[in-house]
Amino acid sequence: MYRETQIIESAKTTSPNGGPDAVDDGALVINVGPQHPATHGVLHLVITLQGETIQKIEPHLGYIHRSIEKMCESLSYRQFIYVTSRMDYLSAHINNHGCALCVEKGLQLEVPPRAQVIRVLMDELTRIASHELWWGAMAMDLGAFTPFFYAFRERETINDIMEETCGARLTMNYMVPGGVMYDIHPNFQKRVKDFIQLFTNKIDEYDDLVTGNIIFQNRTQGVGVLTAADAISYGCTGPVARGSGVACDIRKLYPYEVYNKVAFDEIIETAGDSYARYLVRIKELKQSVRIVEQLIDNIPEGDFQAKTKAVLKLPKGEFYSRVETARGEFGVYIVSEGGTTPYRIKFRSPGFSNLSALDHISRGCKIGDLMAIMGTLDLVIPDIDR
Amino acid sequence: MFSLEHITDFIQQWLYATFNPTMALILECVIVMLLVIGLFAVLGLVLVLMERKVAARMQIRLGPNRVGPKGMLQTAADTLKLMMKEGLTPDGADKFLFNLAPFIVMIAAMLIMAPIAFAKGFQIWDINIGVLYVSAVSSVSVIGILMAGWASNNKYSLLGAMRSGAQIVSYELSAGLSIISIVVLSGSLQVSDIIASQQTGWWLFRGHIPAIIAFVIFIIAVTAETNRAPFDLAEAESELTAGFHTEYSGMKFALFFLAEYINIFIVCAIGATLFLGGWMPLHIGHWEGFNQIMDYIPSSLWFLGKTFFLIFLIMWFRWTFPRLRVDQLLSLEWKYLLPISMFNLLLITLIAIMGWHF
Repeated sequence: MYRETQIIESAKTTSPNGGPDAVDDGALVINVGPQHPATHGVLHLVITLQGETIQKIEPHLGYIHRSIEKMCESLSYRQFIYVTSRMDYLSAHINNHGCALCVEKGLQLEVPPRAQVIRVLMDELTRIASHELWWGAMAMDLGAFTPFFYAFRERETINDIMEETCGARLTMNYMVPGGVMYDIHPNFQKRVKDFIQLFTNKIDEYDDLVTGNIIFQNRTQGVGVLTAADAISYGCTGPVARGSGVACDIRKLYPYEVYNKVAFDEIIETAGDSYARYLVRIKELKQSVRIVEQLIDNIPEGDFQAKTKAVLKLPKGEFYSRVETARGEFGVYIVSEGGTTPYRIKFRSPGFSNLSALDHISRGCKIGDLMAIMGTLDLVIPDIDR
Repeated sequence: MFSLEHITDFIQQWLYATFNPTMALILECVIVMLLVIGLFAVLGLVLVLMERKVAARMQIRLGPNRVGPKGMLQTAADTLKLMMKEGLTPDGADKFLFNLAPFIVMIAAMLIMAPIAFAKGFQIWDINIGVLYVSAVSSVSVIGILMAGWASNNKYSLLGAMRSGAQIVSYELSAGLSIISIVVLSGSLQVSDIIASQQTGWWLFRGHIPAIIAFVIFIIAVTAETNRAPFDLAEAESELTAGFHTEYSGMKFALFFLAEYINIFIVCAIGATLFLGGWMPLHIGHWEGFNQIMDYIPSSLWFLGKTFFLIFLIMWFRWTFPRLRVDQLLSLEWKYLLPISMFNLLLITLIAIMGWHF
């Protein structure tokens, strides 16, 4: 356990040769979080400031640790998927998807084509919803309130669609080993098409309101530059790494379900600053729309779930699966001893690696820049802490 | 025609006829004080409600709509709540300065009210250096903000206060130069003279493009001076939680809150007075019929209309733009606005000397 005094003392230690860790005596140490409007959750950052300039950031985690990985060890292969909705709650579908994929890999289960398409549709709708929330929250961090409401206006529509088919709006628990839990609602296709029609125009509206704004561009361009080498060494994935020019889209590199059959582009920006990360996500919205447009009229007939035994048992061995969530690569690693519950489970969450780059890219920035950087890292704290 | 001027004149004459001069003056002061306090209360309620309604409209929401008809009494209810809340003083705070700060901010806001002409002949104090007085007194509020930030014993508050100090001191220059350009055009520092000089047309239209530039710079500078978004760095809630008033609660917070809105009203009133002719109706050249119709609208309505238009503009900024960073804020002032307004002042002086304005 860290105590406040220890944190302050640890921040004041000066490295002997005055390297980047050197902190002047006039430094001001402030605690941002665990309750702070900009951390969007219980993230605690201990920031050493020289005036307004950031010298050092120490993230302190653990405020929302629920030991999900340990809990999963006592839950059956059907049950543990539901817990993962509570990790990255904005990508709940995609988390469930990753876990279902891993169990299917162990069982060597073939998922019916209809279920595959429904899963991808849900994943992409989730990605749109997640990026919507990120866009609103990012603009709010930079002091513009109104985009938040505009983003929520569209996000609500997706939530309504999800509610109709999955019965829940946030933690859907729709993906199960072998397919999806229920068939899609009869209204699903029509409502998704309506949404896509409405949403395509809205993306341009977002560009008008935020992307083209000169203040916004000044706030984000050249801020928090993450080089490609750093992105790889910190293990950054998703839009954060793609903003630095690293091609890491799991949907392209290790295609799962029907991703190799749909046409979409992997968005890569090379600048590596906050603005590049912002552009990646905004352009990904359009790509997600493209995928949904291609699939929504081509949902094949057939079963929505493969026939499985009531109690699933994975053979002895180790299984790994990865999916691309809205934040990056989400990996599920299961060690099975052959029983009905996993022997050990490890999740590789994208947020944790992305957060680890925060200290490196925000040194020398102003406090105001920190909000621009954290906004584009798109941190979801329960995903980091698990 | 009925005018507020008649009422004020009548009251003054009656007071001086009934009492001896000293007594009459004291009574006048008491009446003015009550009026100003009443105006403050009403303005606070109206502006807060207006801000919430404007924000709601822009954010596709309804805004307050439960308390009273169409939510009109929401701010009154909020004020009641704030009055009943405990005014906490944090441990380690400088108690005297901590409690003094909101009053200084409030009193500074009250004092600026003096030379503003609300309608024809309806002015508290027509001092001959009116505009200078306004720019001088409006800088006092920064002392209150610095005091609040320092006395709170909170790092966020301190950072917010330091930002606010740098910001207000910088942007006062541009605001001052814009004000001076109108002083140069009208040839007087007295508010009533400046308004009278706009009888044939508002300075915004008469002073060619330099006057428009001065107006734009004035609006930017006063937005920054009143700590409003996109220049609300002093209370940037996503960075510094609430900046200099993080530790304030209850009525002490309400005073800061009220002072912010009063300051907006005052700077917009000054902008309306200097650039948009104060209570002067809109006259267009030789359109006699049009001009006469405009004259029938009471002067107080003209003044309030122009002021509230500018207030709406400033609220519109707040709900549209992201916030600037602190170094960008200062470089905007020192690298762009200040040189432009200096050059602009030269142009305006040239226009005034050569008599090129309309």
